[in-house]
Amino acid sequence: MIGDLAHGGPAIAASFLASLVEAVEALTIVLAVGTVRGWRPAGLGAIAGFALLVLIVVALGPLLDRLPLHFLQLAIGILLLLFGMRWLRKSILRSAGIIPLHDEASAFAIETAELREHARQHEARLDWFPALASFKAVLLEGLEVVFIVIAVSAGRGLLIPASIGALAACLMIAGIGFVIHRPLARVPENTLKFAVGIMLAAFGVIWTGEGLGVAWPGADLAIVAFAALFLGVGRAGVVLARRSNVGVLP
Amino acid sequence: MNTAGATLRTLTRLFVDDGSRALQILAVVVIAEILAILFPNISLGAGSVLLIGSLEVLFVSVARASSR
Repeated sequence: MIGDLAHGGPAIAASFLASLVEAVEALTIVLAVGTVRGWRPAGLGAIAGFALLVLIVVALGPLLDRLPLHFLQLAIGILLLLFGMRWLRKSILRSAGIIPLHDEASAFAIETAELREHARQHEARLDWFPALASFKAVLLEGLEVVFIVIAVSAGRGLLIPASIGALAACLMIAGIGFVIHRPLARVPENTLKFAVGIMLAAFGVIWTGEGLGVAWPGADLAIVAFAALFLGVGRAGVVLARRSNVGVLP
Repeated sequence: MNTAGATLRTLTRLFVDDGSRALQILAVVVIAEILAILFPNISLGAGSVLLIGSLEVLFVSVARASSR
């Protein structure tokens, strides 16, 4: 039971939390399109983007299962290390105030202003721009989710549970957005990104090591220890960055 | 065309937003791989290099960014 949880739990949790963050960001743009240009193009663009993402998962997931396991572990492990460390570093710097936090309310205001300006300039033409904006938002934010879902599940038979975790998060955010019709500015995006960054970096070490032939003590349970180490270094990084930040203030 | 370009840029930035950090991570992996090849019986040594190297790259990268 513990082995099953250690095997599938982190993969599903990483997919769910990463999807939560990306769905919030995509929702902000879809809401901006819907508010300014109508819900039909916003909905159609979002559905088209989502359909393309599902197609990518369905096409790539099983294909990856056919590759040699060691090659897959090494390649995806390195990509996870690159990807996870990028998220983790950014979250650390945001927590320390070195770079500003992502603000959904401000992103919504910028997007609606751009859409209004575009509508004013192209009033007479048949306009596909709003649907494309919505499509692009869902596709670009969703690509990160697709990578995470495929990376944490490929080769381990976890594609379906990881996809369900991602889908649950997307549906939850879409449902909340549908009801309140406002960007979800109160979601603690940076904390979620910090947590996902830790999980992905820990996954990256496990997978890359296994690809190199390393037999980790405790097998899949080692991910818990590695995540704790990344959390410790992440917290130390926040403290260090905060001190440096205070040091440079006048 | 813009969408295709933006998608490609996003795909690249998913993994590499700082070339030097990406190179450091790759260097850690290469060192771990060399150790794994040279000492296949003590693969945990390569694993330790990979883990400690990754943690160090993260910490150094944060320290550099915050001292800028």
